[in-house]
Amino acid sequence: MAERPKGSAEQGANKPALSLHVPEPTYRPGDPVDFAHITVPDAGKQARPDETCDAIETSDLCYDLVRVLGNDNKAHGPWDPKLDPDTLRTMLGHFAMVRAFDERMFRGQRQGKTSFYMKCTGEEATSISAAMALASDDMVFPSYRQQGILIARGYPLIEMINQIYSNRGDKLKGRQLPIMYSSREHSFFSISGNLATQTPQAVGWAMASAIKGDSRIAATWVGEGSTAEGDFHAACTFATVYNAPVILNVINNQWAISSFSGFAGAERTTFAARALGYGLAGLRIDGNDPLAVYAAEKWAADRARANAGPTLIEHFTYRAEGHSTSDDPSGYRSAQEREEWPLGDPVTRLKNHLIELGEWDEDRQAAMDLKCAEEVKAATKEAEKNGILGHGLHHPFATMFEDVYEDLPWHLKEQSEQAIRERETKFPEGRPGS
Amino acid sequence: MIEAINEALDLKMAEDPDIIVMGEDVGYFGGVFRATAGLQEKHGKNRVFDTPISECGIIGAAVGMGAYGLRPVPEIQFADYIYPGLDQLISEAARLRYRSANDYIAPMTVRSPFGGGIFGGQTHSQSPEALFAHVAGLKTVIPATPYDAKGLLIAAIEDNDPVIFFEPKRIYNAPFTGYYDKPVEPWKKHRDSVVPEGKYSIPLGKARIAMEGDALTVLAYGTMVHVTEAVCLEKGIDAEIIDLRTIVPLDIEAIEASVEKTGKCLIVHEATRTAGFGAELSALVTERCFYHLEAPVERVTGFDTPYPHSLEWAYFPGPVRIGEALDKLMSE
Repeated sequence: MAERPKGSAEQGANKPALSLHVPEPTYRPGDPVDFAHITVPDAGKQARPDETCDAIETSDLCYDLVRVLGNDNKAHGPWDPKLDPDTLRTMLGHFAMVRAFDERMFRGQRQGKTSFYMKCTGEEATSISAAMALASDDMVFPSYRQQGILIARGYPLIEMINQIYSNRGDKLKGRQLPIMYSSREHSFFSISGNLATQTPQAVGWAMASAIKGDSRIAATWVGEGSTAEGDFHAACTFATVYNAPVILNVINNQWAISSFSGFAGAERTTFAARALGYGLAGLRIDGNDPLAVYAAEKWAADRARANAGPTLIEHFTYRAEGHSTSDDPSGYRSAQEREEWPLGDPVTRLKNHLIELGEWDEDRQAAMDLKCAEEVKAATKEAEKNGILGHGLHHPFATMFEDVYEDLPWHLKEQSEQAIRERETKFPEGRPGS
Repeated sequence: MIEAINEALDLKMAEDPDIIVMGEDVGYFGGVFRATAGLQEKHGKNRVFDTPISECGIIGAAVGMGAYGLRPVPEIQFADYIYPGLDQLISEAARLRYRSANDYIAPMTVRSPFGGGIFGGQTHSQSPEALFAHVAGLKTVIPATPYDAKGLLIAAIEDNDPVIFFEPKRIYNAPFTGYYDKPVEPWKKHRDSVVPEGKYSIPLGKARIAMEGDALTVLAYGTMVHVTEAVCLEKGIDAEIIDLRTIVPLDIEAIEASVEKTGKCLIVHEATRTAGFGAELSALVTERCFYHLEAPVERVTGFDTPYPHSLEWAYFPGPVRIGEALDKLMSE
């Protein structure tokens, strides 16, 4: 540490001592919860500027909370996307499917069928409703909790499960951590375990689309915690500099494993307000309101498609479950949080809206939930024929050395031969699937 | 050499509309070393453009562009600046093909001037090639002549894997021979300076015999090829100098053939010594050619310190350091 010049300690003696602020969440395990400090504005009260407006015109919306579904279960105001009942039922169907899928895969992990799983409970709207507002060939660069996009895009459940089980049916040859899907066919980019890396990639893809005069846009999802990564800021800079046709979705689910959003700067401002410094359009929306999510994503998609610029959307939501199967939130946050969360649950809210419209009822909901559970169960059984993690039904050993490069170089060829030799020594009789 | 790089870019851009050149100052100005001069005027702002000062953004955007189907050729102004983009290179570009099982690829050629000898201090002189050689999925190319620069760059751009293309900036304009206080001969007097017009490519993974000989094998790349050659000629040592051209993929056959012929091996690079690429070369030669060796493998490298500004020529592996190693090997 640099020494103060002689005598300066005395000179500074009358100055107040500096202190470091280390953020602390409001509630820890055992604490009663009061979310009164979260301002929940009335649904329908937020202005909806034209999609082609100047970014600065969205300033107020960066601090507000765009809401459509009110406590009366009705849609309100200028952001109402006015979706027809069939579309709403389709959305609810995707919600039910993701819930059923998460439930089954979570249990599968507990049963030792795979190493890891991540649920998106409470955040379903931020991917499903958003995906439904995009064109099916718009490119998405998701993070790890956007399984809803694949469900909404009709990716086969069995492919998802094969990937989770890393079995011989896994299209990714058992190389990726469970839930890190990839499907070029569904315009779904390969998921990275390093967070926020996909944000500049999405911007680059969108720039490429603009360079080629294409009409497709890109969208990316990043957790509020990882907005602290340099990549996110590079992405915002590139997006604004080149007016890239891209949507930057920030999922503010309040928790980055056990670190609350304060460690990403949430105590000082909103995540949507990050947009302002870059000159991006920004929207802060109720992420548990499926209609608000759909409307905001559609607004941003239309804006990008009209060459009017990129948008940063903060989805204000809540991670109802643990971060992953390796996490236990009861160790760091109040159990009451989930119950008291003031914005409710997206599935319940959409269901109640459809019931309010006279287009749905509890019996049909129960029947749909059951049907989803059965479909997931059937897909699981089918996928299990290809093996589960660690039970030997994996891709052949030589595949470990494929795809490092387009062609196999000499050193990998030598190492591949070594792996095969080792295997033959270990299992002279051979093993199934080897 | 810089003209050869410019020619390769120009030629490939004219041939393939999916090639994009981007980087700090590469547009209107044509790059601080002029490698991209005239390209924007010729191929348009949509294909040759300046970027924000964000290596992470440059490489990250290139990954997305590659996934789209373009073939970006980003420039990192100095190799020393590549570190903010490392995560995108190592965790993303290098592994995209593998982790997606060929679902997505990230073809890109990251060009970057590297190496010392221009009084660039510790932030404009580094040789980080060993970092990239260590990463599965990346290819690392280092040309030593104008002819090779054009042919290797064309091959790199056409390659479907991410390639790091390090340009030894000390020899951009002349084949430096190691004597900083003596005037250097321009490239035009050098035998490898003739760059044919039109397209040709040099396959990645094929070394070049820069000088044929029987007395010992020198493994080198970039500027060091020329410095070593000058020392060998001066000392009258009948060395065989193998210019590796690419360190990944590595031409192991050329290395083995030469060491088996000469029985001695000297490795020369500018980068720091500990865990440098020379260590890998030394291990390979020892493992594969041990019974042909008449002496231990020798390494001449930069020192394990940051690159000093005023003492640059004390750091640079020059004729004295190389000469001593040659003498030692010749006396064994």
